[in-house]
Amino acid sequence: MQRSKIDVWVGLFVLLGVAAVLFLALQAANLLNLNFQPTYQLDARFTDVGGLKPKAAVRSAGVLVGRVEAIRFDDKTFQARVTMSMDSQFAFPKDSSLKILTSGLLGEQYLGLEPGADEKNLVAGDTISSTQSAVVLENLIGQFLYNSASSGGGSQAGKDKK
Amino acid sequence: MSWYRPSDIGYSLRRQLADIGLGARLFVRLLMLFGPAFRRFGLIRDQIHFLGNYSLAIIAVSGLFVGFVFGLQGYYTLQRYGSSEALGLLVTLTLVRELGPVVTALLFAGRAGTSLTAEIGLMKAGEQISVMEMMAVDPVQRVLAPRFWAGVIVMPLLAAVFSATGIIGGWVVGVLMIGVDAGSFWSQIQGGVDVWQDVGNGLIKSVVFGFTVTFVALLQGFEAQATPEGVSKATTRTVVMASLAVLGLDFILTAMMFSL
Repeated sequence: MQRSKIDVWVGLFVLLGVAAVLFLALQAANLLNLNFQPTYQLDARFTDVGGLKPKAAVRSAGVLVGRVEAIRFDDKTFQARVTMSMDSQFAFPKDSSLKILTSGLLGEQYLGLEPGADEKNLVAGDTISSTQSAVVLENLIGQFLYNSASSGGGSQAGKDKK
Repeated sequence: MSWYRPSDIGYSLRRQLADIGLGARLFVRLLMLFGPAFRRFGLIRDQIHFLGNYSLAIIAVSGLFVGFVFGLQGYYTLQRYGSSEALGLLVTLTLVRELGPVVTALLFAGRAGTSLTAEIGLMKAGEQISVMEMMAVDPVQRVLAPRFWAGVIVMPLLAAVFSATGIIGGWVVGVLMIGVDAGSFWSQIQGGVDVWQDVGNGLIKSVVFGFTVTFVALLQGFEAQATPEGVSKATTRTVVMASLAVLGLDFILTAMMFSL
């Protein structure tokens, strides 16, 4: 009698603990959204990946269509080689292009895939060649400073000529 | 200044070494008693009831209040940067990766570790352990092993309960009281928390802490001098040593897991 009563309480305790683990895994970490659907691999070369990280999203028209699998440095071309695993239910034309985009002002970086117009579709192992590198803030500021300095200098030179 | 006599230094050093050796031997013994302990699951079940169910209230209430506080403090900091939607992510990552396992282990050392030490110390003082040995019952197998494995089972469950109630506490303060948008609260959490990197490593931490705290409590009880004073000293040592071991191990585990 006493035994079965303890059994009930221990069972309740274990259930509560398992429920908490499930809550953490499903509600917090969203385990269900890890898709176990078939994927295919694509490669892309970037001159600069910026802050892109593995597991970053690949979005087309803002919808998740794949994830970045790995980012490696290719010492033949001195470029970054990004491997993506794309959801098999989506196919994209061969001349699709990739951009590194940022969600929000300080958000994480993701890949934006813009479909091209080619009749043939990308298949597993293909490499996307038309890519646009990440915007690096320092380069942007450098260019801006250079431009404004040269335009300012130009007008100054013009004045001198007069 | 008899302390400076070489023979005394040697004696105390030798005793320390013997303590370490005995502790290591007991630890290996307990690990090897995994099979025999689980064959008599009734004993483990009773200990899970004693260690787990009775710790549940303090763990859940503490988790809830830690969540409340993190909701308030996190909001205070985050709204300066205009990113109060990240409140859920802040609360969840802090709890799951760090505070859940650590605070649970500290509370468990205070709530259950002390009672383990006192129980075994008093069993020793009442010579129940010696009686068992005389009856050819192995006290390590009959008394220590079920408590050890029950503690190891209970700790991750308690840590998960702590983290889950903490997230709910953060949600209550953030969404219900302050008015952070509920949708972005949850979507930030789901976007930023990884099952294996964050939840999984937190669980591994809590399992390690389960081994640590339970073992320290059992060793102190088993090593206690069989007097009222000895038992009280052993109980104090359990809290101090278990807390220090948990915090030290936590640093090592965090450095190992999250630097990769």
